[in-house]
Amino acid sequence: MNRVIVDCEHLSVVLDGSRVLDNLTLQVCEGDFLGIVGPNGGGKTTLLRVILGLQKPSEGTVTVFDKAPGQSPRRTGYVPQHLVFDRDFPISVRDMVLMGRLSGKKPLQQYSKSDRERVDEALETVGMSALKSRRIGVLSGGELQRTLIARALAGDPELLLLDEPTASVDPVMKTSIYDLLDRLKKQLSIVLVTHDIGTISRHVSRVICLNCSMVVRENPLATPSGSDIQKSYPYDVDLLLHHGGSLSSPEKS
Amino acid sequence: MGAPFHHPKNPDAMRPEIFAFEFMRHAVAASLLASVACGIIGTYVVVKRIGFISGGIAHTAFGGIGLGYYLGINPLLGVIPFSLFAALAIGLLSKKAKVAEDTAIGAFWAVGMAVGVIFIGLTPGYAPNLFSYLFGNILTVPPDDLWLIFFLDVLIVLLVWLFSKEFLAISVDEEYAEVSGVNTTGFYLLLLCLIALTVVILVRVVGIVMVIALLTIPAAIARTFSRSLPGMMALASLLSAFFSLAGLWLSWQLDIASGATIIVVAGVAFMLVETGKLLRISLLNR
Repeated sequence: MNRVIVDCEHLSVVLDGSRVLDNLTLQVCEGDFLGIVGPNGGGKTTLLRVILGLQKPSEGTVTVFDKAPGQSPRRTGYVPQHLVFDRDFPISVRDMVLMGRLSGKKPLQQYSKSDRERVDEALETVGMSALKSRRIGVLSGGELQRTLIARALAGDPELLLLDEPTASVDPVMKTSIYDLLDRLKKQLSIVLVTHDIGTISRHVSRVICLNCSMVVRENPLATPSGSDIQKSYPYDVDLLLHHGGSLSSPEKS
Repeated sequence: MGAPFHHPKNPDAMRPEIFAFEFMRHAVAASLLASVACGIIGTYVVVKRIGFISGGIAHTAFGGIGLGYYLGINPLLGVIPFSLFAALAIGLLSKKAKVAEDTAIGAFWAVGMAVGVIFIGLTPGYAPNLFSYLFGNILTVPPDDLWLIFFLDVLIVLLVWLFSKEFLAISVDEEYAEVSGVNTTGFYLLLLCLIALTVVILVRVVGIVMVIALLTIPAAIARTFSRSLPGMMALASLLSAFFSLAGLWLSWQLDIASGATIIVVAGVAFMLVETGKLLRISLLNR
């Protein structure tokens, strides 16, 4: 059994009075490529925010690299869903990716030559080297996503968290992003939130479907009728159990 | 009121004459020194879209001017604690308490001005030069204030240089900065404090009411032509210096208020640049 990186025990999050995550127990181990699918408002992004330390759990405990969430910034890389930013912001692709080195820097410490070299490598990895001097505002959706992935990679994380990296991307670029993740999964653990239920099945090692009102089952075989549903999926499906006890599959949610 | 200056003029020899006066040399020095802070901090104000907060800090600072009069000290020294307090209070209220940011700003804006009016009312006698703090009068900057402006400039440049990577991070993507372990609230408050100090500098040049224009217009024009934040800061500082000196010269020529002229010059330039951009876009789309 690989080392546990993210450990959520009975995690609940209440936002503005509504329960976004309810009694969720989930582990991410070293080498995992975990896909999280589920309906809008199902708590996928909230789960990522909890793991990143941006959102405090209302109940339950969460540890990331055996510490409280947010306490291991150097080991965690994050690719946000859409960058809320001003397209007129005067910053180049290279300087944007340089931000990925920030977590390894102390206050008052300036970026060094080796930081810039690492940035160039990350740009090379995602195939953005040719565009590194471009202003960020002129990039297409796919180019921006690859820039954000490069930014996360530049910090040499052990765990990569991606929130819908293919949401505003054309099909060709989508494929190239998944190919990139396929290469990356050999080096680091990945948690991917996505809507592409069909596509991710070929890439990820595990899928969970997340809906606040459902319980995620870590071990589907423990459920008596689970094996039947398991057969209809080519990949390892975690079954979901309504509070009432009736089984449902990810596609139904 | 309004410290009307009636300069002895000789239209044939205007250029040599303009620098013959000590107050004019001081005015030029104040313009150039203020432009440094203005370009650097104005850049953050524009890219982080905190113009309204900056306006709130500036107007709250009027309370400090009233306090200065009441205590009988240099009103600018009253502005420093007042504007810093306003910066921290508005920043904390909008970040930590569940008060909508514009509500917090609006409340401080008005209360700060009200406190200033009350202090001035409590001060016995006449409040000299009050008008110049509201609308600026760069022609009356004393040497002491020049030193104060210089010192604040050095402080601002030093802090921005030391924390440039953190300030860039919270400007371009605050959430990512937080995830990277940056104390985003702390640096945001520090940035607001630097805005407060820039307000102190600009009060002398254009006055409390018009500070916001010099904090935003040069940087907004510079953004159109810049590819990096340091480049935008440099260009905004140059533009700010140009607007200040051009406004100063024009106000001297026409014998009108210097602060207002500086703002009008900057505003006209801004409109020309924006119109140019619109024309270019519509020509490209034809």
